[in-house]
Amino acid sequence: MNLLSLLILHSLLLLLLAPLLPGIIAKTKAFFGGRKGAPVLQLYFDLNRLRRKGMVVSPTTSWIFFVGPLLAVAVPLTASLMLPFGGLAAPVRFGGDAILFVYLFGLLRFFTASAALDTGSAFEGMGAAREVSFSCLAEPAVLLVLLLLGRLAGSFSLQQMLAPQQLAVAWPAQGVTLGLALVTLLVVVLAENARIPVDDPNTHLELTMIHEVMVLDHSGPALGLIEYGSALKLWVLGGLVVQLSLPPLLPTDLAATTLLFIAGQLLLALLIGIIESVMARLPLPRVPALLIGSGLLAAFGLILILR
Amino acid sequence: MSLSMQLKNNSSLPLNDIHPLPVEEFASRLLHSVADGLRVSAYFARPRQEGQFDLICLLANDNSGKLQLLQTRISECFPSLAAQCPQLQLFEREVAEQFGLQPVGHPWLKPVRFERNWREEEAPAPLAGDFSAYRVEGEEIHEVAVGPVHAGVIEPGHFRFQCHGEEVKHLEISLGFQHRGLEKLLCGGPHKLSLKQIEAAAGDTSIGHACAYCRNLETLAGVQAPERAEALRSLALELERLANHVGDVGALSGDTGFLPTASYCGSIRGNILNLTAELCGSRFGRGLLIPGGVNFDLNPDECRKLLERLTVIEHEVNGALALFYDSPSVLARMDGVGILSAEIATELGLVGMAARASGLHRDLRLTHPGPADGDFIEMVRQKRGDVHSRALLRRREIAASFAMVRQLLQKLPDGDLRVALGPLQPNRLAVAMVEGWRGELVHVVVTDGRGKFDRYKLVDPSFHNWNGLAMALRGQQISDFPLCNKSFNLSYCGFDL
Repeated sequence: MNLLSLLILHSLLLLLLAPLLPGIIAKTKAFFGGRKGAPVLQLYFDLNRLRRKGMVVSPTTSWIFFVGPLLAVAVPLTASLMLPFGGLAAPVRFGGDAILFVYLFGLLRFFTASAALDTGSAFEGMGAAREVSFSCLAEPAVLLVLLLLGRLAGSFSLQQMLAPQQLAVAWPAQGVTLGLALVTLLVVVLAENARIPVDDPNTHLELTMIHEVMVLDHSGPALGLIEYGSALKLWVLGGLVVQLSLPPLLPTDLAATTLLFIAGQLLLALLIGIIESVMARLPLPRVPALLIGSGLLAAFGLILILR
Repeated sequence: MSLSMQLKNNSSLPLNDIHPLPVEEFASRLLHSVADGLRVSAYFARPRQEGQFDLICLLANDNSGKLQLLQTRISECFPSLAAQCPQLQLFEREVAEQFGLQPVGHPWLKPVRFERNWREEEAPAPLAGDFSAYRVEGEEIHEVAVGPVHAGVIEPGHFRFQCHGEEVKHLEISLGFQHRGLEKLLCGGPHKLSLKQIEAAAGDTSIGHACAYCRNLETLAGVQAPERAEALRSLALELERLANHVGDVGALSGDTGFLPTASYCGSIRGNILNLTAELCGSRFGRGLLIPGGVNFDLNPDECRKLLERLTVIEHEVNGALALFYDSPSVLARMDGVGILSAEIATELGLVGMAARASGLHRDLRLTHPGPADGDFIEMVRQKRGDVHSRALLRRREIAASFAMVRQLLQKLPDGDLRVALGPLQPNRLAVAMVEGWRGELVHVVVTDGRGKFDRYKLVDPSFHNWNGLAMALRGQQISDFPLCNKSFNLSYCGFDL
């Protein structure tokens, strides 16, 4: 496959399928609540609706206010290029791209928080403060996982670290370590995507929100970009988890692996839906404990392979 | 002759028997009674001729089941006792607002519900929410203002938080956005619309408020509602309690992010409201009560049907509640959040559910029973006063209410539905107190020489309890406010009147 068609296929997969994930999560939650729930395709409808709407923009805001929504889409899209999707190799790969991957999301966070502060709202300021304090704890956890994977693969490129062939060897040899890494990643996916137990994406209560409160002032197409961006982010970060858990039943066929990857993404959404249905949110002061704890799991995994 | 009058719930006194005390003695007796463990149930002014006012205080003794009435005569100003007796502070502010009287030495005099002074009918009404909030100073302090327009579909109210990081140093609650002038509308009554207006005093407590109103009128007319009517009233009251408690548990569940119970309880609450609708055609019990009795009856066949439906509902409720209260993550979310100590609850004069969750012995069904409360024996109480206590209290009260409803439906006494109501006795003061689902509803009425309402005073439990919420938030996480607020679930319009 040449680079151009790989690039197109890889991006299309992300851009077209990502909005399915929030739909599946919502449907799962509705099922557990004994409700019928919104259609699985609801986010597609919402995006189409928001696209056609006007925007209300506070006069206190500046250009920063619009950089947040733009980066919300641009960052996951760029970051995804470094991530293999099942059998589809990463279109962009180089030694150390894992670091870029992590800090692209750091960039997004910086601008989302800045856009929130730009509005001058007390709620959004609180949300921004919470977001950055909790990511301070989630970031080391991700880095530790990547360090661990890099050590196993002998390379610091996500393609090398997460290539099915590489993991097929690593799982039998270092299953415990990878298992710990998987748990850590799952917690980070929940935290970074504002899911329960860290955040509650369904609440309307500004005072308890973390992520949602930062985007309260965005409306119309800007809100659409943010909604779309968070679906993309869920797909990309979830992709790490899915890619890592694929290999033990590795088919040699690339297309089959890719289909398995997609199925894995949908299953992950189902899993997140189930987690959100069976547990309540953590009190905010306990969130750091969860994030630090998951970081420690990864650290422990690292010790296991370094001994 | 004792100068402080004793009376019981659902009784009345001739005004001539109430002797006004000198202001100093009024104050000292009031403070003395509160020190003895009595609490202020109502405190209000009644205009007399030419700038003279009667200041009336009703104190409840929860041990003896008696009510104590103190009265003094004032004009323009009266000594404030709020500093020594914090449960009076809101009442004194209310008196000051309604009649432009000056509580001398009040520690923090500010509007209650931005009501127009009753004596200045032409004056423009003050703007609700127009107040200068208390401020905590400091570089790291930030202020968060919430409302009056909220994100959810709820009533309007303004909340001002002074925060240090995530910690709330102080919460100031400013209400009055739904002030309708209910007490004033009732003057000169009973009017044709009075009962309707009372039913809307707090929409979720329609039956409770209507019940207190009807009993007051019956007392004043010297009649008693038939046994069957009182039993049906009790039935409706318990159904109201059930519906609200189940709805509250659902709302609490939603706020902890635990969706299954939130969805189930939302739908089950509707089923319980439908039982009330089966009884009288209105899900909230509007039109069920009438002074002298009730408007609707249940035949044995309907009773049996209601019992069958109740069994199904009880089963569903138990399932939904077990899911909620048996989830460790839910318990962890509620545990130790928003603690209101028994001391503070006593000092602020909290009533009802919130008071019982802090361990106070306050349930009118037991301490000041009404006509059909004879079978009520157990008072459900919790100790700790946190969100979990308030949630668990609801679960236990739900169980108790189911038992009561079943018992009432199984043996409804025979007899008439209503008695005719004659004219009201003139120049009397009557008191009716009902334990609504949220807490104590106090209605005090004073009739004039023609047997019309000269002054009708309503106290909704929310009037006392909003301060409890503000205190429970001290030193808490601001992110816990919605959960805490839901655990109290106070009425805005019941406060605003």
